[in-house]
Amino acid sequence: MHEFATTLLEPEPVAAHSTGKDHEQALLAKPLAGRAQLRRGAEDPPLVRWALTLTAILILTFLVIIPVANVFAQALIDGPGVYWHNLVADADTRHAIVLTLTVALVAVVLNVIFGVAAARVIARFRFPGRTLLVTLIDIPFSVSPVVAGLCFVLLFGLQGFFGGWLQEHGIKVLFATPGLILATSFVTFPFVARELIPVMEAIGPDEELAALRLGASGWQIFWRVTMPNIKWGLLYGVILCNARAMGEFGAVYVVSGHIAGSTDTMPLRVERLFQESQSAASFAVASVLTLLALVTLALKVGLERQTRRQIEQGSESKFQGEH
Amino acid sequence: MSTANQRVLPGFSLSLGYTLFYLTLLVLIPLGACFVKASSLTFDQFWATVWSERACNAYALTFGAAFIAAFVNCLIGLLLAWVLVRYEFPMKRYFDAIVDLPLALPTAVAGLVYASLYVPNGWLGQVLVPLGIEAAYTRLGIVLVLIFTGLPFVVRTVQPVLENFDPEVEEAAASLGATRWQTFRRVLFPGLVPALLTGFALALARGLGEYGSVVFISGNIQNQTEIAPFLIVAKLEEFKYGEATALAIVLLVFSLVLLGLINLLERWSKKHA
Repeated sequence: MHEFATTLLEPEPVAAHSTGKDHEQALLAKPLAGRAQLRRGAEDPPLVRWALTLTAILILTFLVIIPVANVFAQALIDGPGVYWHNLVADADTRHAIVLTLTVALVAVVLNVIFGVAAARVIARFRFPGRTLLVTLIDIPFSVSPVVAGLCFVLLFGLQGFFGGWLQEHGIKVLFATPGLILATSFVTFPFVARELIPVMEAIGPDEELAALRLGASGWQIFWRVTMPNIKWGLLYGVILCNARAMGEFGAVYVVSGHIAGSTDTMPLRVERLFQESQSAASFAVASVLTLLALVTLALKVGLERQTRRQIEQGSESKFQGEH
Repeated sequence: MSTANQRVLPGFSLSLGYTLFYLTLLVLIPLGACFVKASSLTFDQFWATVWSERACNAYALTFGAAFIAAFVNCLIGLLLAWVLVRYEFPMKRYFDAIVDLPLALPTAVAGLVYASLYVPNGWLGQVLVPLGIEAAYTRLGIVLVLIFTGLPFVVRTVQPVLENFDPEVEEAAASLGATRWQTFRRVLFPGLVPALLTGFALALARGLGEYGSVVFISGNIQNQTEIAPFLIVAKLEEFKYGEATALAIVLLVFSLVLLGLINLLERWSKKHA
């Protein structure tokens, strides 16, 4: 949009040299009218605009808005009292909420440490195998969550590679919280790293190099320069990672053994209540997860604005530095 | 900038060491376990599982539904990206934001609510079922939820490309006498192809592995609405780990090939942009 505005202010007619002679003269004679005509040629007719916009809004209404509204409508179908009762009175549901928060917290912390290390090594250093590393980090995004869960069953299940050893030592991984954490960490593995790599690349290493020249140690540079610079990008990654961690179903389903009151996370609880035909209770838990998704979206939009501003400021100061 | 900075900054070996350690522990060893387990099967065992009627039907459904959904996502995604980049309308910011909802909404919630919308007494089912359109517990329902889960991919790959198009190119086309449709088809569309393909591949990869949303709406009827990930879970619940692994390897290999393809496509579209 702004591009149109700035080009309009240019005094000379653009593209005149490439058109036919008559056209060129017409443009030279009435430069502004010519531009307006050209601009109209590069715009869609009003009817097309109107129809396309309406179709887009309809698609989003049917695919997204109606389903979200339906979640809350079904959850509140018997009134807010029953809704609240469905959420807090059931011990298994309460347990599921606490378990989900625990698993997501651990998975997010693990992936933040990894994400910062991976983004630093990829954005700040050049080494052989760097492109391969970037691809490997993406693997969990393309692997089916069910296959991911299966992998952990093959490792830690009773017939699995470490199953016998774990049983001898009385350690429970599968059908217990550690298994849920492993599966959740696997499916959310790339989030923080993927968000941080472009942020670190956009900010550039200049400030860190300056700190180095001023005699700062590696950890000083990391805590005083790198972390403050990437904090918004990091928060963005954490929010996306957390949303997926709390909502993961397939991978967690496979490793959980689906034990109510023990290994059921909130999404698994939604499914169990649905199977037990407790529709309102199922939708009550689902509505909490939907709220989480909506909050995630709101924070995401806010943070995107914040990071964009930061990157713009970064490139501005660099620009001033060069001149 | 960063190329000049070969290894000047400290902490290279710590960062790389930890990255590789965690990657190996959490991703490479588990995936390796899957391949090792698969290699312990004889070829006949493997083939008997993967080529059984039930497995073939599940694969056909998974690939077919994911492919159709990804294709529909291309059309919808292009339309949404175009409208969001080119036009102004009230509450546009909010419509733009909710495109990402399928990424933030737990898949189980999506499955649950889609199933309840399209049953005969559901909000949409009330209208659609009398017209003969039954989505709950049918293949149509599977495609519908896959369209939902794949919605953001095409929009978000096409949007930045459209934003970066130079308006003068379109003006030039118009001044040379091209109609609006010709300009779109001959000038704009070719530039969008790499982004569209990337979005398609991302949506396809997501659709192939999707489980949480599909199990609610598909009904999981053998040979009819049973997807491959569901079959893997079913085998696991019968403790048939070998068969589950054989079925999983096929999906895994496809995901890895798709991932490689997506990487190539992204590099290609970056070159075009």
